[in-house]
This record gives sequence, structure tokens and C-alpha cells, in this order.
Amino acid sequence: MAPVQVRGEVLSLRRLGDYFSLTLVAPGIAEGARPGHFIALAVGGDDSAMLLRRAFSIYRVQERGVYGGTVEIVFAVHGKGTAWLSRVSPHDPIDVVGPLGRPFALPKEPVTATLVGGGYGSAPLFALAEQLRGRGCRVDFVLGASSEGRLFGALEAKRMSTQVAITTEDGSLGERGRVTDVLPQMIERSGADIVYACGPMGMLKAVHRIATAYGAHSQCAVEEAMACGIGVCMTCVLPVTGEDGLTRMVRSCVEGPVFRGDRVRWDEIGTVPPDTVGAPAPVSTSPNGTAGERP
Amino acid sequence: MTRMRITTTRPGVRELPNVDMTTSLASAQLPNPVLTASGCAAAGRELDQFFDITAIGAVVTKSIMLKARSGRPTPRMAETPSGMLNSIGLQGPGIDEFIDKDLAWLRTRGARTVVSIAGGSVDEYTKLAHRLRSVDGVTAVEVNISCPNVEDRGEVFACHPDTAAAVIAAVRRATAPGIPVLAKLSPDVSDIVGIARAVVDAGASGLSMINTTLGLVIDTDTMRPALGGVTGGLSGPAIRPVAVRCVWQVHQALPDVPILGMGGIRTGLDALEFILAGASAVSVGTVVFNDPGAPLRVLHELQLALGDRGFDRLRDAVGFAHRVDPVEEPAAVEVEAAAPEADDA
Repeated sequence: MAPVQVRGEVLSLRRLGDYFSLTLVAPGIAEGARPGHFIALAVGGDDSAMLLRRAFSIYRVQERGVYGGTVEIVFAVHGKGTAWLSRVSPHDPIDVVGPLGRPFALPKEPVTATLVGGGYGSAPLFALAEQLRGRGCRVDFVLGASSEGRLFGALEAKRMSTQVAITTEDGSLGERGRVTDVLPQMIERSGADIVYACGPMGMLKAVHRIATAYGAHSQCAVEEAMACGIGVCMTCVLPVTGEDGLTRMVRSCVEGPVFRGDRVRWDEIGTVPPDTVGAPAPVSTSPNGTAGERP
Repeated sequence: MTRMRITTTRPGVRELPNVDMTTSLASAQLPNPVLTASGCAAAGRELDQFFDITAIGAVVTKSIMLKARSGRPTPRMAETPSGMLNSIGLQGPGIDEFIDKDLAWLRTRGARTVVSIAGGSVDEYTKLAHRLRSVDGVTAVEVNISCPNVEDRGEVFACHPDTAAAVIAAVRRATAPGIPVLAKLSPDVSDIVGIARAVVDAGASGLSMINTTLGLVIDTDTMRPALGGVTGGLSGPAIRPVAVRCVWQVHQALPDVPILGMGGIRTGLDALEFILAGASAVSVGTVVFNDPGAPLRVLHELQLALGDRGFDRLRDAVGFAHRVDPVEEPAAVEVEAAAPEADDA
């Protein structure tokens, strides 16, 4: 389904630990949303000096009901844009574009899946778990964060899964450590066929490595900085190898945010690998940016 | 005294007034003066999901080079007050794939298309223009001479009258005579009128102005430049007064040269500033990232704004701010709003 741009309206804003959950009335978005899709919000109002859209994974949607379609996201205050979002009130208008991106790929067979979320990166995994269970899959969760306040959805995960492991770096809840410390034994115990993950790049890279070591596929939803969310600005690129074996700098907003873990050049994110299609010749480019050019 | 009621009405609230919005950029006739901006609309397909791209003046495609190009490493973007800094590095598929896929799609879709080209040498620009000569569906060629120039040690062609003119002369020779060649100018020069004169003398049919202006953002956490490319191009409403100034100066010096104005246009009134300064058409660029429907919205808002000021034709407003005799101002009347409306609608 093609994304739509709608003038949404704040239905509710709630505090959840260190995070916020924002529910927007945004007709036309819920209907086409699949787990892993995201929305891009304009922040700061019509005359905002913050031009760039903020992208958020969809936590959950409601297609109909008293208010028409609603969409819910979870966010942390990182900068001015999210600070503004943390101060909105019911009925405030917010321009919403979505659903955007490529969602998680779902297995055709009733496989065993492990879902790994770092911080509020777990948000899109619950809708995914529901769909997987609907297909007869076994679902386990591994959720991790720096501290208890930064865990998202631990109770929900327990309700939806066979097995849950919780890690915090300070040990305030669950095991002290990181998701990657407990993931190997989770996969061993369940015999997972596929690992779905959403969280920081470093976590995704490690999750993919572990999944591969245990012969499991991985589906990773990346978090790259985006300006537009719709595929026109070319800022959210990362090196990804295609089916033809060639690496290209691909847009995470339209070709992602979910990628097969084995396609992403994890070690080279933030660079243009020399064998990338169209990569500059090693000696001919100046290291100093000279561009006053358009993207 | 002239008093004008400024409205910020959004489309749908009021009926569009009967204003002839047709315009031209040299020999290219356009049904209306609002275009996308190079590098802010890819090749139109993504934006067509949000508004009918055949309803605007033309799609200006992202600058295309001879060969596929990966662009620069990330981070490629930093938000700045009312703007952004980017160093994408002209990522693109190369002219052949562009013609086969993007231009073919635009042609099938029925969109008017201004193809932006970029090269590292005069020879590359010439080859690009030759490739485009053999295909249909090109309304005009915009020559991005504000990109890194390997022949000139990292300078840009548009910074020197002679290099700028050399590129434009070559592209003009290689392009079909009926297709306008627009030179895209950089604001990062001490005498933009001098550059404009040089490219017009070299055969430019019109001018696109302005490209981004060079900037730098330091990340205060890492205490290093925020962008992978170190410096980047600043765009968005933050640079609009610079762009309007450039259009004003060039139109004043070269009143017969058509100008495609751009730089931070967010609303119809922003677009009107460019028109009044001397632009025959405008490109809506960075603001598309904020509002993917912006080009069509700006078109409607511009039409309303022209109607409010008593203009029957867009063409009559081009350069209107340069008028010298205040006694004969046709628009020096109080403009009444047609219907009650919210200023903050």
C-alpha cells in the first residue's frame, strides 16, 4: 500500500518508564500498516524551524473504533524534536506520513522465532509476535536495555511468548548484561529458525552474528538518521549487498528499515566500501568536502 | 500607502482565483511556475504518491552523472535552524540507467521533466548532453555546475566565470536547439551577476538559482564535523533571503534572462518573493522533506496570493518588485479577503 500524508491529531500521550507512548488519530495509516513499518512525523508545528521528519517504528495500530484509525509509537527524548513531541496535548495536530518502509518478512511455515529488542526498539516486535503466533510459530523474546526504566514491553512480551529473557546493563531487572549475552542459549534451547531484531546498529550486528553462528536467519530493522522518510533525500543509506552480489548504498527508508541480516555490510556502516557500485576510485577523491552541491 | 492583507490560507479553504499561471523558461512552456528542485525529489516517483506530479510545472530530477556513483559516507545530513546541511555526494545510477528507468517512467507518467546533469569535466558534461539529445521527454536541461570539479582542484565550475562558461558552451552545443539549457549557479561567489553574464554569453537559455551554500556543523558530543563529508550544502528557509537577493541582483542586471528561482521556498508567499524579485518559475526543494505535498500546496498558495494582489497573470508579477514608479502601481489597493478565514488555518 502506498503511504499517505494526513493531518493527524494527538489522542493521548503517556509516560512509560523513561519513554513516551504517543497515540495519534491518523486515518488511512492503520489499514496498511504491517509490523516493521514506520511513520514520519513533522515536529514543531506549521512554521517549525525543525524541517526534518522524525521517523518512528509503529508500535501498534487500531484500524477503526470511536476515533477512526489510530497509530501508536514509543519514543525517548533525544533532541529538540522529540522534546517537542513529549509536550503535545490531546487534539494537537501533527502531520503524519505512513506507513513507510519494508516490513518484517513473515515465514510461510510455522517456524520458531526469537525476537530481540534493544530499548524501545522492541516496539514493533509485539505486532510481529502476534502475526507470527497467528501463523503457528513459536515466539520467544529477548529484551534488553541499559536499565529497567529503558526496557519496553517486558510484561507484554511475557504474555505473548513461550520464553522471555530480560537483560539490563546495570542489573536493575533480569540478568545483568546485554541481549547478546543471553541470545545464544535462547536460540540453543528453542532451536530458533529465525531471529527478528530491532535496536541500535551495534546490537543488530551482534545479533546477526549470533543468529548466523546458530544457523538461523535474521531480519534486522535498522535505525539510520533520516530527513524525509520517503526516499527522496538519500541521507539514510547503508551498504547492502543485493541478490546480484553487488553492494550498493541503499536507502533504509524505502528498501528497509528491515533488512536480511546477511545482506547488510555491518562492519562497514558509516563508510562506502571500495567495492560498492559507483564507489570513488581510491586516489582520485579529496578527503575534504568541497561540495556546495545538492544531494 | 500600500496595505496588503497577507493570508496563510491552505488549499481547500478558499476557491482558487482565476489567475493565468502559465509561464516559460526560454522556449519551455510550462502550465504553471512551481517545479521540484534537483536532489529533493529523486526522479519524481516517490512524490507522485503524495501529489499528482503532472499537475506542477515540471519535475527537476536529481543531478545525474555519466557513471553510477555511490555518494559519500554517512552521516550525510545535519538539521540546522530552518534548514539542513547535506553532503550526499551526487549518489545516482548513471545516465544510462537514468534514461532507461527514471526518464522512461516520467515520460510514461506524462510529467514534464527538467533533467539536471553534473560532471567532473567539460567532456563529461558534453557526453551527458549528447546522451540526452537522443531521448524524448526532456523539457529542459539544468546544468549543475556547482558540484566538485576534479579538473579544478576541488573548486566548483560555478565559482569562476570562465569555467562556468566553458561548461555551458559545451552543453549548449551538444543539446538540441529547441531545448533550454539552464545554468545552476552557486551563491558562494563574490559577483553572481558576473557569473550569470558569463554563462548567458556562453549560451545559457536561463538560470537556476541558487544551489546550496557551503556550510559546516560541528557535533559538540564527538567534537568533530557532524557530516562524513566534513562540509556540506546548506539549504532550506534559512537561505531564502540569500537566494532572493541573488535573483534580484541578476534580474536587475539581465532582465530578459529567465530565472528558475529556488532556496528555502516553503509557502506560496515565499514563492511570490522569488517571482517579484524576477524569477519566472520556482523550485520547491528541501521543504519537500518536511511536507511531501509541498510543491502542489505552494502552487495553490501562490495562485491565491497573486489573486489577492490583483494579478490576472503570473507573468505580470515577474520582477514586479523592481518597479520604479510608485505612482502607477496597479496593485496598490487594499486587498480584501473573500471570506472569513483563520489566519492560522
